Amino acid sequence: MSNLRIDHLYKRYGAATVLDDINLGIETGEFVVLVGPSGCGKSTLLRMIAGLDGASGGDIHIAGKLVNNLAPAARGIAMVFQSYALYPHMNVRKNMTFGLKFTGVAPAEREKRVAEAARMLRLEELLERYPRDLSGGQRQRVAIGRAIVREPAVFLFDEPLSNLDAALRVSTRVEIANLHRLLKATIVYVTHDQVEAMTLADRIVVMNKGRIEQVGKPLDLYYAPANLFVAGFIGSPAMNFFAAKVESVAGGRARVTGAGFRSFDLPAASLNVGDTLTIGVRPEHLSRGTNGAFAVEGIVELVERLGEASFAHIRRPDDKLFVAEVRGREAPAVGEKTTLVAAAQDVQVFDAAGLRISI
Amino acid sequence: MTIEQRARSAGVHLVLLAYSALAIGPILLVVMNSFKARSAIFGAPLAPPDASTFSLIGYDKVLRSSNILTYYSNSLIVTLVSMALVLLFGAMAAWALTEYRFRGSTLLGLFLSIGIMVPIRLGSVAILNMMRSAGLNDTLTALILVYVAQGLPMSIFILSEFIQQIPRDLRDAARCDGVPETRIFLEVIAPLLRPAIATVAVFTIVPIWNDLWFPLILTSSDKTHTVTLGVQQFLGQYITDWNSVLAALSMAILPVVMIYIILSRQLIAGLTSGAVK
Ligand SMILES: Nc1ncnc2c1ncn2[C@@H]1O[C@H](COP(=O)(O)OP(=O)(O)O)[C@@H](O)[C@H]1O
Ligand SMILES: [Mg+2]
Repeated sequence: MSNLRIDHLYKRYGAATVLDDINLGIETGEFVVLVGPSGCGKSTLLRMIAGLDGASGGDIHIAGKLVNNLAPAARGIAMVFQSYALYPHMNVRKNMTFGLKFTGVAPAEREKRVAEAARMLRLEELLERYPRDLSGGQRQRVAIGRAIVREPAVFLFDEPLSNLDAALRVSTRVEIANLHRLLKATIVYVTHDQVEAMTLADRIVVMNKGRIEQVGKPLDLYYAPANLFVAGFIGSPAMNFFAAKVESVAGGRARVTGAGFRSFDLPAASLNVGDTLTIGVRPEHLSRGTNGAFAVEGIVELVERLGEASFAHIRRPDDKLFVAEVRGREAPAVGEKTTLVAAAQDVQVFDAAGLRISI
Repeated sequence: MTIEQRARSAGVHLVLLAYSALAIGPILLVVMNSFKARSAIFGAPLAPPDASTFSLIGYDKVLRSSNILTYYSNSLIVTLVSMALVLLFGAMAAWALTEYRFRGSTLLGLFLSIGIMVPIRLGSVAILNMMRSAGLNDTLTALILVYVAQGLPMSIFILSEFIQQIPRDLRDAARCDGVPETRIFLEVIAPLLRPAIATVAVFTIVPIWNDLWFPLILTSSDKTHTVTLGVQQFLGQYITDWNSVLAALSMAILPVVMIYIILSRQLIAGLTSGAVK
């Protein structure tokens, strides 16, 4: 059963279209991550699902019910905000129960839910404390607890980890994943961090400039991005792009040439002579060597050492930079001239409109 | 601290001390002399009361011979009721104007801010006529209505500034939690406005308590006079009963001072973190 359905949703502020024809269905129990660059409309979409902002057009169904005109509380959602938004003058217990008394939950039931949530989130010791006496991670857990006790049909998270430091972010990420497994909850989770998206999501929705670019499983987005935007957004460091042209087509093979890489052949498929293409290769799919379908050479300009691997920033003959992830101890030296190759299956081809051509 | 910093800080404190002396001096003089016999008030006005000059005759006379307790309770009623109404309506209006966009909200905000700039006394004649035709002449209600009108614009202005500083997420979280709008205002927003409310309370109370003008034109009988007006009856054209005047004034100062002391901590927090950025 589809738990959340969004049809032809629009949001306009004056002349600016912030959300442009959003269509999305989310199954019960699914963990969906909305990801995209800052300002692409993720929060706006989440707030519209929550009912905090009105739509300029379109429908939202939650648990099979049209909720367009329902107040947030009547929609069966709970939201966790980036700033936590805890009530500063109420202690942790009160923060969690405050909303419940308005939604007709009996006092005994409230206490039961709080105890349950506190146990799950390890907040038992903190129930009498005030938000100002909690650390960032604890506040975050209280905010999640406040959502859990509402027992919503859909959880909405807006960048819940972005105010935490790096170490805490990783551990809280794991906690959220566990929580999802435990509660079997339907979650819509907003982030601009593609690592968070990849690690948490059952499905990722990649947004850009108010539109959905692609919806898919994490690895599908990684290995089969629909277009240049998704290809460039998913993966870190970002995919390298090379401008290319189809030079000739003969015997079912198309010869692709371009500045900075060695010409190579592709199955002709729908390609025609003179087509403009973009070739994409991920840094982690490039390795030093000479044998590979795709080969590019250049002079190492900068090396970032991470330990298990190094990112080499390499200047191509056509003066553009690309990045290769070199594994192991042998980091390339700055100034070294090197050739990098990739296997045919790791080479993505995009047409002039930026859409991926499956080959 | 360097010597230069220290010198500057000393300079600042010197100025502040001088100002404090200037402000407190007259009050101290009034209170001090209210405890002295008449001859001592004139003989050595700057001397504190001592065993030979100490006298409570002023207080005695005031408490016995006049309606001072009526005046006092009138002042208290008018001030406290006005303050409560100004705070309640001010906070509600500030919340509505900052939180909800509705037709004419900008215009309404502008209209209210005019009230800050135009002194209400300019409308004295109109107010007097209005009260007379409404049959509110010589009632405390008339005073309260005028003072609420006088205090509202500034309180809306200050409270709006504070409400804008409360993160939007907090209201949205409460909405997601299913808290009704009135309860969001009363139980989420209002408690966070405490410092601002203290500030507004002081700014509202002091001018009302001290006001002479509106009691003078709107009240005519002893049963509706306020303290400031009541004191005037000791100031005669030919003889002034200084003992009584000073004693009555000292008593009039007392509540304001007490309110300051009670609210001072909140007040400072309010002044430094809000409207006066
Ligand atoms: N009240 C508003 N008026 C006008 N534009 C707005 C308003 N709220 C958001 N926007 C615009 O909508 C776009 C999307 O915002 P948002 O959803 O917050 O982005 P994200 O969460 O993806 O970073 C931004 O370009 C922002 O400027
Ligand atoms: Mg956002």
